[in-house]
Amino acid sequence: MSALQRPRKGRALDLVILGVTLVVAALWLLPMIWVVSMSLKPNEELMRSTSGLLPIPFTIENYTNLMRVSAVPLWLFHSVVVALSMTLMVLVVSSLAGYAFARLHFPFKRTLFVLTIAGLMVPEHAVLIPLFTMFADWGLHNSHTALVMPRVAVPIGVFLMTQFMRAIPRELEEAAELDHASHFTIFWRIMLPLSVPALTTLGLFTFIFAWNDFLWPLVSATRADMFTVTVGLASIQGNFAFSEGLGSVMASAVFASLPIVVLFLIFQRFIVAGVAMGAGK
Amino acid sequence: MTRRGRHQATTAALFLAPFMIIYAVLMVYPLFKGVWISLHDWELAGGYREFIGFLNYEDLWYDDLFWRTVRNTLFFVVITAPTLTLVSLLLALAVYGEGRLRGVLRSIFFMSSVFSVTVVTLIWSMVLSPDRGLLVPLWNMAGMQPINFLGNATFAMPAIALATLWWGVGLPMALFLAALSQIPAEQYEAAELDHASRFTVLWRITLPSIRPTIVLVAVLQIVAQFQIFGQAHLMTQGGPANATRTMVQYVYQTGFRDWQVGYAAAIALALFVLMLGFSMLQLWLGRARDEA
Repeated sequence: MSALQRPRKGRALDLVILGVTLVVAALWLLPMIWVVSMSLKPNEELMRSTSGLLPIPFTIENYTNLMRVSAVPLWLFHSVVVALSMTLMVLVVSSLAGYAFARLHFPFKRTLFVLTIAGLMVPEHAVLIPLFTMFADWGLHNSHTALVMPRVAVPIGVFLMTQFMRAIPRELEEAAELDHASHFTIFWRIMLPLSVPALTTLGLFTFIFAWNDFLWPLVSATRADMFTVTVGLASIQGNFAFSEGLGSVMASAVFASLPIVVLFLIFQRFIVAGVAMGAGK
Repeated sequence: MTRRGRHQATTAALFLAPFMIIYAVLMVYPLFKGVWISLHDWELAGGYREFIGFLNYEDLWYDDLFWRTVRNTLFFVVITAPTLTLVSLLLALAVYGEGRLRGVLRSIFFMSSVFSVTVVTLIWSMVLSPDRGLLVPLWNMAGMQPINFLGNATFAMPAIALATLWWGVGLPMALFLAALSQIPAEQYEAAELDHASRFTVLWRITLPSIRPTIVLVAVLQIVAQFQIFGQAHLMTQGGPANATRTMVQYVYQTGFRDWQVGYAAAIALALFVLMLGFSMLQLWLGRARDEA
């Protein structure tokens, strides 16, 4: 009977699909494993050969040198400061605006919202040159302010918070309104705590974006002592370090990615849930 | 307006002010200032600037290198956007569902997208390196001379596209996973009663249900890949012989290496218009098909 055969045939197909997927996943991981392994090999060994996926002979010298003599810890510090302050400011600015769009009545509300959403279509490079001349006029290049401020007013953040707050049932605020609570109290005591899922997602994405931000930091932070780790890594690519100290370069890359990978592994549930939220049904 | 209404409008203004002020100063104003700059012969060094009307755009029209970057960028979009959409869809279909193993697989495919472009290019420049790359043992085994992918005018762009694929499948895959979880179970149950084959279910139920997401992913990918900069800038520096020079890279080079910001602003706006055109076209095509 076909009813009996069908599941078996289906299972065989499942196994094939699973097998193919596992092979693809292994290929996906291969470059990462190889790089980590190189970062744990002596530079002299890498001059001779880069083959092999296991770190034999093994050394952690590349990492200890990194902490001792290189600029990487300083770059990491800049990245942390920039990413944290950008995340905080995006959350504050977006949730405040989101509350206004979701709950308050005021003139030109629709127009302002459409204007905000229209910003989604403006790509980064379209404002790159003018932003550069503006921050040059203000004498603000090579500062944390320059790296953070142009990324604070993000339309997608306001959109996400507006959608999320709109979906919160109004009954929760009505009790507070009876008590004549101010809008700020309602926002702070009721809406923000209820918006934690959206805030988590927005915060994570902003942090990852900030950490990996490249074009703007590349033109704005031009002094090596103001590089973020992403720009710093670009500066050591392609020069002699590549041939002389391959292990050190790889160690820098691994070290620079570590915070973001750890963050991803801890919060990946929220990231995937957030994509669903952003897609906005 | 009532007193209450006016009060609420004031409150709204306070809530909106932080976003709107920053948005106006660092997004809306620069957009117009960019147009203004593009109408000037504007040099970064020495502050030389002279209003020249549309001369930059006229120069652009006769600039062979500009058209080369347009072609390169379009080529890159054409080879990456469909591939990324298709591969992320296939991966999503493969890893969708319950179970620990599927969860781990999802993490693996998503993980590469949290890396920065500098880490991705570092990894792939090494992987593709002709003398110390990951493929060298394979070449040796085959008794062949390794191909220098990034130094070869034919292979350089596809090689950059490969690195981009590895980097970029995570987000579209997550979008597809979200869409798959929205398909009502009843639809599948009905198909099961009909003894429909797996392929029929995929073709008749799954794919039509997530069609809006497929369009969304395709549009997002096209918009994203038009802006390719880091990979080309770091892996090939636009070479060999401009084979991988892209539009954003041309903006960067003109503005920050040659310091001709007026001309750079004109290139940037040309790209912006090109991207808007493509997105409009695609949305229009999507809508036309919906109505048909």
